[in-house]
Amino acid sequence: MASPSDLAVSEMDFDALPERSWVDKMKDTARKKPLGAVSACAVFVMILLAALANVITFYDPVQNAFDSMHVAPGAAHWFGTDQFGRDIFTRIVFGARTALFVGFSASILGSTAGLILGVGSAYFGGRFDLIFQRFMDIFISFPLIIMALSVVSIFGTGTQNVILAITIPLIPRCARVVRSSALAIREIPYVDAARALGFAHIRIIFRHMIPNVMAPYLIMLTAFLGQAILLEASLSYLGLGVQEPTPAWGLMLQGGAEEYAESAPWIPVFPGLAISAAVFAFNLFGDAVRDTLDPRLRSE
Amino acid sequence: MTPDASVLESGAGLSRNGELGDVLVDVKGLKMHFPITEGIVFNKLVGLVKAVDGVDFQIKRGETLGLVGESGCGKTTTGRCILQLERPTEGEIFFEGVDLAKLDQVALREFRRKIQVIFQDPYSSLNPRMKIGEMIDEPMYVHGIEPDARKRQQRVSELLSVCGLNPKMADRYPHEMSGGQRQRVGIARALSLKPEFIICDEPVSALDVSIQAQIINLLEDLRDEYNLTYLFIAHDLSVVRHLCHRVAVMYLGRIVELADCDELYDNPMHPYTRALLSAVPVPDPEVEQGRDIRIVTGEVPSPINPPSGCVFHPRCPIAVENCSREIPALREIKPGHWVACTEV
Repeated sequence: MASPSDLAVSEMDFDALPERSWVDKMKDTARKKPLGAVSACAVFVMILLAALANVITFYDPVQNAFDSMHVAPGAAHWFGTDQFGRDIFTRIVFGARTALFVGFSASILGSTAGLILGVGSAYFGGRFDLIFQRFMDIFISFPLIIMALSVVSIFGTGTQNVILAITIPLIPRCARVVRSSALAIREIPYVDAARALGFAHIRIIFRHMIPNVMAPYLIMLTAFLGQAILLEASLSYLGLGVQEPTPAWGLMLQGGAEEYAESAPWIPVFPGLAISAAVFAFNLFGDAVRDTLDPRLRSE
Repeated sequence: MTPDASVLESGAGLSRNGELGDVLVDVKGLKMHFPITEGIVFNKLVGLVKAVDGVDFQIKRGETLGLVGESGCGKTTTGRCILQLERPTEGEIFFEGVDLAKLDQVALREFRRKIQVIFQDPYSSLNPRMKIGEMIDEPMYVHGIEPDARKRQQRVSELLSVCGLNPKMADRYPHEMSGGQRQRVGIARALSLKPEFIICDEPVSALDVSIQAQIINLLEDLRDEYNLTYLFIAHDLSVVRHLCHRVAVMYLGRIVELADCDELYDNPMHPYTRALLSAVPVPDPEVEQGRDIRIVTGEVPSPINPPSGCVFHPRCPIAVENCSREIPALREIKPGHWVACTEV
């Protein structure tokens, strides 16, 4: 775009670089971050499995089948069957649904609440910030699993309560990180400009500050995904999470580990593998997102 | 460049021939002391940074008052207090007869429309996540200046061309523009609210010299076109002389001299002003060599613990014993020429 001569613009108005297609950008990213690309594919496959669970499995995930208990992995049952005759592959695919639903809900809710609270705390500052951060300190001082356990013991078990139990301990962790970024943003003149223009606090927080702390927010969000899935599995394993007969990896592991570790090892092994693979993929994915979004941590 | 007069309805008061109107801004005894505290829960006050310590001045409608002084003398803080970005510790700031320092946030909103600011750094004063168009549109939407979105868009285009930018730049992000272009965006954003008073906080000191002249000329054109009143904060004395009607010189939180522009430059009275003006280089080696340069010795004292009496006395070439005891008031030595020094 050339600058028209009738305007008093003497500064050169250089052409913007040609836009690269997003396919090219993806290829570039994949070449620079092969682990990130692999993990992104794994995450994508998991989402696909969960979404198409009805189509790609041949058995009912909940219905007991006492004529085919403890069947070893084979052509009919790829991962074998459990003590109630249910196909383990089917239950793992359906379990991905539970894991992803809980994982995504909890990490999105937790980090979004943390985002708003963290930015609000930094924006208002002063005594409010001081007191609010001390409350956050109290919450952070409990390990994730202990905090989640206490929330479950207050609200009871069930999928919704598990999401709540995982969300609450994630909030202060995100709020703390986002606040530190927001504190820096708070001092930048465009926030002063927004105040001088007479904008309301809510508008400044949502339109002028939050868009500028998206990088730490997304980093925390993706980092939480793996943690939330692991936490859901842990809670289910402890019998405080998702309840039978809903297929959930932690639950499947708990039902099989003690009794069948020797006689039918496929019952605990496959859900265990599923948990490990999912958490590993999400953690790698989170790391890749962090490397891309946070230039300070970029190694190149 | 001739800005389109229909973009901004001119403020009331000033006649076209440049005559100055009534008093628009009246700052009385302004003090801004920032507390230095220690401790986490119980804040113990261990000191005060006296950034602004008793400043008085008036700005008439249509006038441009220059505020000069070295870094850290409280120029910017004075501007921020008038904008109510900082709540002053003490003093009154009358705008159209209303004391802004006593208004709550809601009552302030109407005045925020009338008082605008242009920041020093064009890179950090624009939100990097917003398009230029959105940035100029938003204030008009919030203040209900133009409820119709399409008319607002049209006004954004007009404002951009008034400020010497291509209206197509409304679709750009700040990082796609140069420093001078961004500063023009900052000016367009300030103008979007049809303000009466604009605080220019060193609007050109972050720009290249060639761009500086363009921005100064733009500010001058806009002032004449829309009868704007400026408080022009700067440390570049030649820029101030070009643009301002009156100039106030600040030193360590106080105004030491205030006079009409030409009077101050031709006949500086306060020893600090004299030193400041003699430090301006002259672009002629022969004149430069023969010139009497009064260099002030020492450093600016800390505003945490300013000297007693006249704050300039430890560095003053003409200080007498009394200077360390008595705080000199601004005295009108000649009509319109105020000096805070007992020895002139």
